[in-house]
Amino acid sequence: MNAAFYPVRQFIQDWWLEFFSGVVILVAFPLVVAYVALVERKILADKQTGSGPLPLEPHRTLQPRAEGLRLFLKGDIVPPNADKLIFWLAPILSVVAALTSLGAIAFGPAVQVARDINVGILFVIAMGSLGFLGVILGGWASNCQNLNIGAMRGTAKLVSYEVGGGLAILSALLVSGTLNIRAIVEAQQRSGAWFIFLAPIGFLIYLVASIAQSKRIRFDLLEQRPEPVSGDKVEYVGFRWSLCFLAECANRIVVASIATTLFLGGWLRPFSNEPWFYWLDYLPPILIVLLGVCCIYRAGKQPVLAQSLWMWVLALVCLCVAGVFALPVAAVSLQFLLPGLHGAFWFLLKVGIFLYIFAWLRLSIPRYSFGQLMRVGWHILIPVAIANVFAIGIALFLEYEAGWNRWFAFGVMNFFPVALAAYLLRLHEKRAAGSSRTRAMATDSYAG
Amino acid sequence: MLDSVLFYTFGGVAVLSAALMITRRDPLHSAVFLITTLLATGEIFLQLRADFLFVAQIILYACGIMVLFLFVIMLVRVDAAVPQMRFRVQKLGALAVVFALGFEVLVILFSADKLPGEGLFVQEIAAAGKLPPNSEALARSLFTTYSLPFEMAGVLLLVAIVGAVVMAKSRNRMDES
Repeated sequence: MNAAFYPVRQFIQDWWLEFFSGVVILVAFPLVVAYVALVERKILADKQTGSGPLPLEPHRTLQPRAEGLRLFLKGDIVPPNADKLIFWLAPILSVVAALTSLGAIAFGPAVQVARDINVGILFVIAMGSLGFLGVILGGWASNCQNLNIGAMRGTAKLVSYEVGGGLAILSALLVSGTLNIRAIVEAQQRSGAWFIFLAPIGFLIYLVASIAQSKRIRFDLLEQRPEPVSGDKVEYVGFRWSLCFLAECANRIVVASIATTLFLGGWLRPFSNEPWFYWLDYLPPILIVLLGVCCIYRAGKQPVLAQSLWMWVLALVCLCVAGVFALPVAAVSLQFLLPGLHGAFWFLLKVGIFLYIFAWLRLSIPRYSFGQLMRVGWHILIPVAIANVFAIGIALFLEYEAGWNRWFAFGVMNFFPVALAAYLLRLHEKRAAGSSRTRAMATDSYAG
Repeated sequence: MLDSVLFYTFGGVAVLSAALMITRRDPLHSAVFLITTLLATGEIFLQLRADFLFVAQIILYACGIMVLFLFVIMLVRVDAAVPQMRFRVQKLGALAVVFALGFEVLVILFSADKLPGEGLFVQEIAAAGKLPPNSEALARSLFTTYSLPFEMAGVLLLVAIVGAVVMAKSRNRMDES
């Protein structure tokens, strides 16, 4: 009997840490996603000078739990002429792919599920784009006109923006010289500059491509509310819908994490090489203590006793977390915790800034029409991205082979893609003003 | 033990879904089974510790090319019946090709050491628990030993792209006139 379980025991002994982290991702991540959604609603409300969901508990801090329960209990409807197998498969494919790619991301030097992947960053990208197959298949399988249009638009968008985004990633990989996620961050530490300062054009292109990839506004033609009602997931109800939503949100976090790792120094503290910025290590605990103090201040103002009690609980949690973050700074013997704990803090802070930008854009700018989306992708983004890869390559050559000063070389070379972008924009404007044919093409058959 | 369980599972899945891929009537189902085959093959690459090949398989085939396939299937709305009728005529030819290919594979497998050159290339088994840095090795061999075939493949692809663009353009002009 025991012999039969030997391989299982061996497996658990060898892989318990990875296994545990995987389980944590599976269990905790849906909760994180729910709160990301809540915070996004709060940000949207703030932009409209409202206050978002309010009733019952303060600021609806327990709302995601209620929504999750509602989605879980809702009846399941499969459209009558849907392709059952693929309809069932599509959301699962998206979710599995998205969560797998989360597993390979390093949230800190110690917080990573899949440690030893030489091509880690490629693995994350591959799994991220594999999830998109779920969107296309789901859109097609539910056999509904809106969804077909949504899926088709999504595919066209994916094809055009994946290329630009891939080339942008390439520019950062050129500078780092490795595909391993940790090695990329370590390369940024060694070179003393985040790659956003060496390859800023690459970062901007990836920003655009990542907004396109995560189906956020300007590129949210899949789910633009007035037309294909809810894009690729209009026929999905209840639990299936929540799977689709989970995958979408996970994808958003994945692209934010890729951008953070490649361009924003991953888990590195700002100025991590400069000794006189050591005081930044005190920042995480101080920020969290301030959050706790804010909770205590608001606790007195809640109208109902239960609400102020809840605020006190939140404040207590904040103070405890702050205490944990203060440990490595306060005690020398606990210094070994510093990179892990604070690394995770800085990483999540950077990802959070990205997510805030995504929510911010949603209310700030209108969306592209389909024709504009294609033209921006193919006529401007991809040529500029190719020029950028060449420019970064030449800059690296100038630095290492010709012995130029690095900042001078990169500064000069980064000028070229900018010039190309300016030229292309000018050309494009002239052409749009010149011929009426392009204007007719702007209102295309997909109606943007 | 675990390795062989994984190998036979994924190998079985690959073969089974390849068979299903060519027998389904719905082109979309075929596409889904093709994706399954590609993913299962990718896992076998991973077991051979070729992690770069695994990721390239997923990015290029399972994502890039399959997305294009699905796009075409959706746009064209391939009717299931028509292509099948066309293929039935070529049954004998197809069988002949299958046998020829099978024979070829068998010859290569059983007479590997008698072939010109170095025969079948068998790499040393990497240490368990640690992947060899094979993206670097691949890049080195592509840009030094095999740089001519690599460049030729690149030029061929470029020619194909230019040809496709030219064909699409001329079709457009015909539509207008």
